[in-house]
Amino acid sequence: MTNKELQLTAANVRKGIVTAVHSAKSGHPGGSLSAADMFTYLYFEEMNIDPKNPKDPNRDRFVLSKGHTAPGLYSTLANRGYFPVEDLTTLRKLGSYLQGHPCMTETPGVDMSTGSLGQGVSTAVGMALAAKLNGDSYRVYTLTGDGEIQEGQIWEAFMFAGAKKIDNLTVIIDNNGLQIDGKIEDVCSPYPIDKKLEAFNFNVICIDGHDFDQIRDAFAKAKECKGQPTAIIMKTTKGKGVSYMENQAGWHGKAPNDEEYEQAIKELDEQIAKIGEA
Amino acid sequence: MADCEVKKIATRESYGNALVELGKKNPNVVVLDADLAGATKTSTFKKEFPDRHIDCGIAEANMTGIAAGLSTCGKIPFVSSFAMFAAGRNFEQVRNSIGYPHLNVKIGATHAGITVGEDGASHQCLEDVALMRTIPGMTVIVPSDDIEAKAAVMAAAETEGPFYMRFGRAAVPVINDRPDYKFEVGKAVVVKDGTDMVIFANGVCVAEALGAAEKLAADGINAAVVNVHTVKPIDKDTILEFAKKTNRVFTVEEHSVIGGLGSAVCDVLSENYPVKVKKIGVYDRFGKSGPAGALMKEFQLDAEGIYNQIKAAL
Repeated sequence: MTNKELQLTAANVRKGIVTAVHSAKSGHPGGSLSAADMFTYLYFEEMNIDPKNPKDPNRDRFVLSKGHTAPGLYSTLANRGYFPVEDLTTLRKLGSYLQGHPCMTETPGVDMSTGSLGQGVSTAVGMALAAKLNGDSYRVYTLTGDGEIQEGQIWEAFMFAGAKKIDNLTVIIDNNGLQIDGKIEDVCSPYPIDKKLEAFNFNVICIDGHDFDQIRDAFAKAKECKGQPTAIIMKTTKGKGVSYMENQAGWHGKAPNDEEYEQAIKELDEQIAKIGEA
Repeated sequence: MADCEVKKIATRESYGNALVELGKKNPNVVVLDADLAGATKTSTFKKEFPDRHIDCGIAEANMTGIAAGLSTCGKIPFVSSFAMFAAGRNFEQVRNSIGYPHLNVKIGATHAGITVGEDGASHQCLEDVALMRTIPGMTVIVPSDDIEAKAAVMAAAETEGPFYMRFGRAAVPVINDRPDYKFEVGKAVVVKDGTDMVIFANGVCVAEALGAAEKLAADGINAAVVNVHTVKPIDKDTILEFAKKTNRVFTVEEHSVIGGLGSAVCDVLSENYPVKVKKIGVYDRFGKSGPAGALMKEFQLDAEGIYNQIKAAL
């Protein structure tokens, strides 16, 4: 995909996020929107996957360790063809296969049930380790929040992955700088994230998480790297794409009302039109 | 059961030996440990299959997640640590990363209960069965001896879904070495038939309950002893059969009386055949340091202690 196609797709993924959360009247738009470009790149460009065969044993795996941003994953999977985009409005509703947090037994394309922060990276390490044990060539990707890395288990997983040289694993850290209670450096600073990960034997790549050239380049470098897992630390804007949500911790876990929803869709449609003209 | 002629072996040894047997049969079996391979006896497996033994270091939560990930890719991981950590520290990891997605992970928890001995209360897990049986879809097995422990490991490998198996540190008598013994997940074993009362027991307490039954026999009381090795799914039919037959029910476990075998038996009886039950176990307290045998006596879980508690309840 060209950058333009990726940008258009990401804007549609963002529309799906806002639509799903608005329909659910709850959920987590902020961190879903900050990672929307990354979700898009992973599922439309990077990963070896087939929406028609979501359980293919040779597929690449993705673990959404920051499971509360399920709307971002669901919207991406829907846009990629795993299930109808229309179903995004069933998010969090009784009887829906789109649970509040990712559930691998309910939703096609979800590789691991997550939601309790800090646990997803360990499971991704397990998947990558299985590939090593079996001599399989698939790769494993996992996305964590920058607040999430305050969880101790994350560092157990990082230590293991670095020590055991799990080089088919790429950890992506969504550094949007905000968590529920405010700025991550005010709540309990995880900085410097890059130096910590380097000390854990990671191949660390720092990028702008909204720049597809940088995202593309980072994954190319990750694939080349042998003997080390890769960490892509991506600087992002929480709530990216919806003006009033951008850089507002308050939009971590809140749904837009009808008026706010209309505005968000209007803004995203304008962005789509602009990308189209470019 | 201080019978010197009876062969004794710790069920953690059985676990290690069974893993080796399993490793030979099934190349997908992998074993994870958290710096306790010597104690949990997974070192036996490591010696045979070094490439399939993953030492995660002292990081049990991560180990549990790794096992979950491995299982989604077709591996059959056996996760090993002390019960305190495997079930206690890791409760939420087991619940969310293994239980909720119903993954094929087998947890081999050793050093359960007071028979840990000298290490004392911090390492004597008396709550693990209670914790694990609340997780939907989790099978919980507390084997009574070497033969049963090995059978449980084999059955776990052959059955899809999460298993929690509870093993002990101390050597216990081999009581199931008889031709008619058959292990089946969820099927209690009638160790001794009886008409006056039934003692439901599991783990190390089966042998002790048998000893208590012998003493009761000397008093003219014919007690049945039923080994409920699978606490979940529990054998409702056998529990009801013996409750109805005897109308006097005792449970014995090396675990807190809150939430373990006794509670599971009461769950069945209160809804189907309300009858008075005396739960024998550890009464809402922590363990202590000391030799395993002395602790079993101190906590009145040896044959004599069980006998005394039953007599006092009559």
